[in-house]
Amino acid sequence: MIAIEAEGLKKRFGNVEALKGVSFKVKRGETFGFLGPNGAGKTTTVRILTGILKPDSGKARINGYDVVEETLKAKQSIGVLPEVSNAYPDLTAWQNLMLVASLYGMRKNEAEKRTVKLLKEFGIYKRKDSKVKGFSKGMKQRLMFCMALISDPEVVFLDEPTSGLDVMSARMIREKVLELASDGKTVFLTSHNMEEINMLCDRIALIDRGKIVTIDTPERIKAKVGGNVAVEVSFDKPVRLPRRLNAKKLGDKYIIYTTAVHETICEIVDYAKKNNVKIVSIDTRTPTLEDAFISLLEGTK
Amino acid sequence: MKSLMKSLAIAKKDVLMYYTKGPVVIFGILLPLFLFLAFSVGRSLPLNFLIAGLISMTVFFASTSVSPAIAPWEGQMRTLERLISCPIDEKTIILGDIIASMTFGVSISAVPILIGVVIGLIPSNPVVLLLGIIASAFCFSCLGLLFSAYPTNLPSTVMMISSLIRFPLIFISGIFIPISEMPEWSRILAYLSPLTYFTDIARYSFDLMPAFPIYVDLLVITAFSALFLALAVELHKKAIYKRI
Ligand SMILES: Nc1ncnc2c1ncn2[C@@H]1O[C@H](COP(=O)(O)OP(=O)(O)O)[C@@H](O)[C@H]1O
Ligand SMILES: [Mg+2]
Repeated sequence: MIAIEAEGLKKRFGNVEALKGVSFKVKRGETFGFLGPNGAGKTTTVRILTGILKPDSGKARINGYDVVEETLKAKQSIGVLPEVSNAYPDLTAWQNLMLVASLYGMRKNEAEKRTVKLLKEFGIYKRKDSKVKGFSKGMKQRLMFCMALISDPEVVFLDEPTSGLDVMSARMIREKVLELASDGKTVFLTSHNMEEINMLCDRIALIDRGKIVTIDTPERIKAKVGGNVAVEVSFDKPVRLPRRLNAKKLGDKYIIYTTAVHETICEIVDYAKKNNVKIVSIDTRTPTLEDAFISLLEGTK
Repeated sequence: MKSLMKSLAIAKKDVLMYYTKGPVVIFGILLPLFLFLAFSVGRSLPLNFLIAGLISMTVFFASTSVSPAIAPWEGQMRTLERLISCPIDEKTIILGDIIASMTFGVSISAVPILIGVVIGLIPSNPVVLLLGIIASAFCFSCLGLLFSAYPTNLPSTVMMISSLIRFPLIFISGIFIPISEMPEWSRILAYLSPLTYFTDIARYSFDLMPAFPIYVDLLVITAFSALFLALAVELHKKAIYKRI
C-alpha cells in the first residue's frame, strides 16, 4: 500500500522555481527521509503534501486521497510538525492539545486520555497547566510533536524536527521517530542532518534545487560513491596523485573511494617514495552518507 | 454538527488568546467610551438618546475589534500553519472567529446597559434590544473580517485600516445626530451604514421614535450580514495562504 504519493510536483514563487517536478512514493509503514541542503525545496514539498500550499502542477495523494481535491480527508489521516510554527503562547500545553484534538473531531474523554499519555511520554506532563510562552525551545518542540500525534495519525510529517534543539530534546524526538516506525506508522522526515537520516530512515530521497537527485536505501546510497572503502591520506607537501586514483581533495586531505584497498594503498606508498614526499597520515573508513551526498550533488552540477 | 463543534473550539481559542490583547481592549472598549464622552458632554441631549447611542457605539466597536485582529496575529505568531494543517476548512475557521468576536460585542454591551440602569433608564423593549444586539454583533463581526482581508501580518496595519472605516461610520449612522435632522446627502450615506439600523433599534428600545419599522431594521442588518459574510469567506480563502 502506498501512503504518500507525489507526482511531478512543481511550485514557483515569483521567479524562484522551488520545485521542478518532484515525484516519489512512500510505502505504508516506511520511514522516508527527505534530505537536502537549505533552500532545496523540502519545506515546500511538505506544505504541498499537507494541504497548506497548492502545487502549480502535479498531483499528491495521502492514503489515496488527493491533497487538493479531498483536502479534509487527506488531512484527517496525517499529523504534522511544521518547520517554523508555534503553539498558542497564551494557552496552556493542555489547552493547545485539546484544541487540536477538537479540530480532528475527537471526543472529549478520548482526547483527554490521549493528551495525558502523550504529555507523560514526552516528559512535559508536570507543566500541562502552564502557558506555553514560558516554555523553552525544546519543550515547545516536544509539545508541537504531541500536537502532531494527538489524533494517532497513520502518516506523520516532521519538517526538520530536531534542528536547533538541545541534545536531550533532539534525542527524545529521534527515539519517538523510531517508536512510530515500530508501531507501523508512516513517517516523512526532512532534515539536513545526514547522521539523523541515516539512523532513522528506511529510504532516502536526496533533493537539490527543486529536483530529486536519487531515491534509495541509506546503504545503497553510500555504495553509490564508487567503492566500499574511503582511503584518507595527507602528505607533507602538495602533491598531484595519479588520475587513475580519482582522488578528491578535501582541505589538506585526499579521499579515494575504492573496492581494492590493498592496491590503492600500495600505489599511494609507491607514489610517495618515487616523488620524495612523506605521508603524514593514512586512514581507511567506510563511506558515510555525507560522502555520498557530496559526490552525488557534484554529479548534478 | 461536527464542523460547528470545531468552530466553537476555534472561538474558545480566540477568547483565550485575543480578548485581553492591548489593541482589542483599547480600540474595542476604551476608545468608544472616550469618543462618546467627547461628543456628548456639554450638549443638552436627553439621557435616553445618549444611552441608546452609547450602546450602539459600544456594540459596534467591540464587535469589530476582535475579528480583524485574529488573522494578522496568527500569521505573525506563526500559529497559522499549525492551525490550517488540521482537517478544517476556511469556513469553519471564519465562523469560529465570528463567534468569538460577536460574543465579545454582546458581552461588552452589558456595560452601557448597566450604566443606563444605574441612572434609572431601563429599556422598555429588552427582547427587541437583545435581538438587535445579537444580530448586529454578528453583522459587525463579519464587517470586521473584511478589514483583515488584506493579507498582511502586521496587526497595526489592520488596526489602521479598520479605524479608517470605523470612524466615518460612527458619524454617518445617526449616533450623534438623529437621521431625521440630517441634510439630504448625509442621510443617503446613513442608509448605507449597517450601524444606522442598529442605532435605530437601540433608540426604539428606549422609547424614542425609530426612523424605520423594527422588522426593516432587522432585515437590513441580516442582509448586510449575508453580504459581509460571503465576501469575508471569499477573500480570506485566498488571503489565509499568503500569511504563512
Ligand atoms: N513563501 C515563499 N515565498 C517565496 N519564496 C519561497 C517561499 N517558500 C519557499 N521559497 C523559496 O523556495 C525555495 C525552497 O524553499 P524551502 O522549500 O523552504 O527549502 P528547504 O525547506 O529545503 O530549506 C527557496 O529558494 C525559498 O527561498
Ligand atoms: Mg525547510
